[in-house]
Amino acid sequence: MVLIVEQLLNGLQYGVTLFLLAAGLTLIFGIMGVINLAHGALYMIGAFVGTWVALQSGSFWIGLPVGLAVTAAVGVAMEVGIIRRLYARDHLDQVLATFALILIFNEAMVLIFGRRPLRTNLPEIFSGSVEIMPGLPYPIYRLFVIVVGLLVALGLYILINKTRVGMLVRAGATNRAMVQALGVDIGRLYTVVFALGALLAGLAGIMASPIVSVQVGMGEEIILATFVVVVIGGVGSVKGAFIAGLLLGMIDTMLRAFLPRVLAGFMDGSDAQALGSGVSSMGIYLMMALVLLIRPRGLFAAGA
Amino acid sequence: MKHLLTTASLMAVMAAPAWAETAKIGVITTLSGPAGYLGEQIRDGLKLGLSASGADTELVIEDDARDPNTGLQIADRMLNEEGIKLLTGIVFSNVAGTVVPETLDNGGIYVSPNAAPSNLAGAKCHPNYFVVSWQNDSLHEASGVAAKELGYKTAVALAPNYQAGQDAIAGFEREFGGEVTQIYTAVDQSDFAGEMAQIRDANPDVVFQFHPGGQGIGFLKQYQQAGLLGKIPMALSEPSIDTVILKAVGDAAIGITGTTHWNDDFDNDASKAMVAAWAAEYPDRPLTTYAQQAYDTGLLIGSALKKTDGKTDDVEALAAAIKEADFTSTRGLFSFGQNQHPVQEWFMTEIVAGPDGGPKIETKKKIREQVGDVYAADCKM
Repeated sequence: MVLIVEQLLNGLQYGVTLFLLAAGLTLIFGIMGVINLAHGALYMIGAFVGTWVALQSGSFWIGLPVGLAVTAAVGVAMEVGIIRRLYARDHLDQVLATFALILIFNEAMVLIFGRRPLRTNLPEIFSGSVEIMPGLPYPIYRLFVIVVGLLVALGLYILINKTRVGMLVRAGATNRAMVQALGVDIGRLYTVVFALGALLAGLAGIMASPIVSVQVGMGEEIILATFVVVVIGGVGSVKGAFIAGLLLGMIDTMLRAFLPRVLAGFMDGSDAQALGSGVSSMGIYLMMALVLLIRPRGLFAAGA
Repeated sequence: MKHLLTTASLMAVMAAPAWAETAKIGVITTLSGPAGYLGEQIRDGLKLGLSASGADTELVIEDDARDPNTGLQIADRMLNEEGIKLLTGIVFSNVAGTVVPETLDNGGIYVSPNAAPSNLAGAKCHPNYFVVSWQNDSLHEASGVAAKELGYKTAVALAPNYQAGQDAIAGFEREFGGEVTQIYTAVDQSDFAGEMAQIRDANPDVVFQFHPGGQGIGFLKQYQQAGLLGKIPMALSEPSIDTVILKAVGDAAIGITGTTHWNDDFDNDASKAMVAAWAAEYPDRPLTTYAQQAYDTGLLIGSALKKTDGKTDDVEALAAAIKEADFTSTRGLFSFGQNQHPVQEWFMTEIVAGPDGGPKIETKKKIREQVGDVYAADCKM
């Protein structure tokens, strides 16, 4: 029981991290029609800058806003300098250009910070764990990540459903041409959306940095799962990204945790381990295939 | 890269009169991606070792990006187009799995500074394949010995699900002898929350885990955050707690038991010379066992080239010269076993608070007398 609760929390925490990344990606994909492979690079930039500033200043709380600001600024520069030229091109050109950006950003991080992973320190108040039920101490920091993720989800919900910018974003995701025809400055909307996406990716990176290793290439480790979330949730739908993110986080964590045990019931222990870990890493892709079979445009496709 | 070329050509100019020929050596290693620092350590250790041996060499350095196919393509080009006979440098066993057979099939020599998968150590051993580091299993057998010696009876063993990970768990289990729960992780996994819960649930006497590079940093940080660090002790092999990982993890690592074939506090002249040379050349970068293995590889290759007057085209003569192992290893005692893998001693270490505040690795005692690996017996050469 304790184990199941703990794994559920782990799944939730992985899910909100996926959501933070997928929310930006799905908006950029849905509204601008751009496949941005370099979204993971923004996650890495957020982690590097946030961590480095936190180390130099000695405070996580200085690193956080600086990291967010730098990531958003990089996002704006990327949109204005490169992505803007790709809107009219086909997806292959976009994939090539944004893949090049991954390589460029990775090498830039090597030049600036070196190849060795950065050291991270947890802010003092998060360093311990709390006993959320008898026999289950859970790291405070992971609870903090869950809370931040849920608050961002709420904030995005309000932004998209209750504000004028949000209305334009929704309209843009549903029918781009119509929004343009109505005289909206679509170029500025694109820049704002891209910056917002970058900001969320940066936030995900900063939140993840005390947990994982802050290193070059860390974005690629998570970007594939993020794309799966976008596809399952439906391109352009933040709600879809939220639900699919949590769902995937849960499924992935649960499969990893329990599939080998189930298999061990009817085969040799080490074979069960090897097979179980193999199959569970396929789990989210199997689920994507299943969803695409039933709902080819994802669970909550915008404009469906 | 530029710096590298300058150094290489500088070395060539300085050492020119010593031998008739400049030996060309192909270095395939992992320089990009999360494990990039491992290749960086190997590259720079190799350069220092070769220059300490006085050999006149030219290094052709390429990045395999931890991808077996990329490694294979580079090896093919080096062997068949650039006429290079002597290859080294690989970090990861899966890359070695393609590059080593390719090199041997094309009549080249491969000297491993790190990876030594079990499938190449036994029946498939080869007169032109040498390993300077250790065989994968024996690296982790040392942790099994240490855990047993400390009186632990039950263990959870975790490793990524690929050749080196399977070798790691097999090696640990072989010498530990107690009850082991195996957990395989994904090769690119960075969040181990699920595994932490399983460890807590299993509540073993000791945890053994093999996660080199960035993965190890994440694992240790999360182990601490999950509140397990003070509770369930760890016994780790050297790649899971190298000095770079130690720097990134900080004080959280203090108290962890490690095992190693070499540490920077070793009291022998070769080791002291290397530590001093490294500190002079790379003052702000830690010296890891990866660099030490590559340094020894450089000394070995240098000693062999001295015997062949810098020639690499007579592969048989060069292999015979390497086999003599006529060099003074930084680890102390070193010799080749039947399968041309090292026979060496193993030591228990502990992470303690260093004089400068940061944690450091301290050698505690010898736990294995000179020993080879279990696959050597299957090698008929």
